[in-house]
Amino acid sequence: MNRNVRRRFASTAWLGVMYVLTVIALIPLGLVLWFVVTRGLPSVLHPEFFTNSFRPFGVPGGGVAHAIVGTGILVGLASLMAIPIGILGGIYVAEYAADPWASWVRLASDVLVGTPSIAIGLFAYALVVVPVHHFSGIAGSVALAILMLPIVIRTTEGAVALIPHGLRESGLALGLPRWRVSIQLILPAAVPGVITGALLAVARASGETAPLLFTSLGNTLFQVNPTQAMQALPLTVYQYALLPYKSLQDQAWGAALVLVVLVLGINLISRWVLRRQIRLAGQL
Amino acid sequence: MAAVEAAPAAILPPARRVPDRFRTVSGAIAAAAPVILVVIVVILFQQAAPAVKHFGLGFLTGTDWNPVTDTFGALPAIFGTVATSLLALVIAVPVGVAVAVVLAEQGQASVRGILGIAIELLAAIPSVVYGIWALYVLAPWSFQHIEIPISDRFGGSIGWLSQPGARSLFNASLVLAVMILPTLSAISREVIRAVPRGLRESAVALGSTWWETTWRVILPSARAGIFGATILALGRALGETIAVTMVIGNRYAIPPSIFSPAYTLASVIANEFNEATGTLYPAALIELGLVLILVTLVVNIFALLLVRSISGEASRAA
Repeated sequence: MNRNVRRRFASTAWLGVMYVLTVIALIPLGLVLWFVVTRGLPSVLHPEFFTNSFRPFGVPGGGVAHAIVGTGILVGLASLMAIPIGILGGIYVAEYAADPWASWVRLASDVLVGTPSIAIGLFAYALVVVPVHHFSGIAGSVALAILMLPIVIRTTEGAVALIPHGLRESGLALGLPRWRVSIQLILPAAVPGVITGALLAVARASGETAPLLFTSLGNTLFQVNPTQAMQALPLTVYQYALLPYKSLQDQAWGAALVLVVLVLGINLISRWVLRRQIRLAGQL
Repeated sequence: MAAVEAAPAAILPPARRVPDRFRTVSGAIAAAAPVILVVIVVILFQQAAPAVKHFGLGFLTGTDWNPVTDTFGALPAIFGTVATSLLALVIAVPVGVAVAVVLAEQGQASVRGILGIAIELLAAIPSVVYGIWALYVLAPWSFQHIEIPISDRFGGSIGWLSQPGARSLFNASLVLAVMILPTLSAISREVIRAVPRGLRESAVALGSTWWETTWRVILPSARAGIFGATILALGRALGETIAVTMVIGNRYAIPPSIFSPAYTLASVIANEFNEATGTLYPAALIELGLVLILVTLVVNIFALLLVRSISGEASRAA
């Protein structure tokens, strides 16, 4: 065979191998979604699934209302802590990018994103649970807030950096002080990008189990008081999946379905918001 | 921006410049990230102090874990963490780089966009969802179709390929591989994109085929960045808790085979911390967490500096 024909054939073959490997990489996504939907849907279709709380094995009509409300409260409290701090931190890192301190903040955020969430759970345990001798939703939300903070900082930074210099310069030329330029001029223009970051952080926090194990602990009862131990959706999946009872395992799959819809939904929405940001920044 | 700041200084005498209070305030708020990072390490160290004092460096090499006799050694958990993560890398790196090559330059932009979104969604799925899927679907399948055939064939002569089981170090690595794939391919894609266009065009102009260009020009010049992506993925794998805990089998010993149950630092903590009583037992568990966080800190900082220096070089070259 001609050498060049062989080379071209080898190139096409390798391209094929690359495509096959890419398809293999996507198989888990398809399989996870398929099994979560087919196994979770029967549980989710019972209306009690969303209105009732834990019922022991053998008692029909159990649901995950307590876990859904718990996740809402935990993530809500964590957002109240992490999002304002993260946005201001992100504005600082973007607006004063040349400061040496800004690059330290950036490095620390990136490292914090990669910190094992179980270690953050241990930290929140030592910080909040040990002093009051009590597991609580607040401890859980502190742990989640630490997870969310670096995500908000980095995405806010990215969104602010997209804003053209002209806007900043016009504000400064009109004599506005730096804080008014940043907060009243730059931040509103960057809002879609900032929302994207907040949404991604919320999605990440909603799905985390490890930081809640020793902080919010879990609860079989429906309760909305964050000073008490609190159930969350990921805790439900983890705890029920390891039990030997079929009905609770089914509920674990149902809770996993709710979680996946929630997390992927937030991700897709944030992607759409981000696209608007890029278009908006282009118009400025 | 530097020009903006320089302008008033040139016009106004220095004495009339207003101090930038916003910089101070927002800089102080941004300090939350580094401060939290330091405080985490300090508090964990303080909480682990009883175990650190009692066992010293022997903690890292001890193999016993017995709450009844208060003997605690971390070696089996360290071994399990490192082994699952490395095995996951062996599985995930070739696939991740292939995805990155395809995403970086092959095919229609719209197809690439959809592929890219799909890979990123893979990263968004919560760990516990991978866990329940691995426990009920992946692990039984891999037991039947990967572990048993391999151990039937090689298990007789190679000890570490024998004793297949559904809850095993191998299956934990398999889930980890799926979970670190998005990190690997997303960063490798950026690195491959950052390879100067001129390099590719020169190779093509010299008559190279697509594969020769990719294998001999693009991948070698992206090598350091792909290495950085691999180390970053390693950091993720080391700290992953829930999915691993659900399939690794949770046996505190150095496993005789990759198909045997094992334990990792993170899963020991996840399983035992709530039941730990006394002073030495919880302190030993927190010391495991301290070992874990220090290892991931070193790995992550190394990888970040590597990736950053490469993207800096690329932007200078462009």
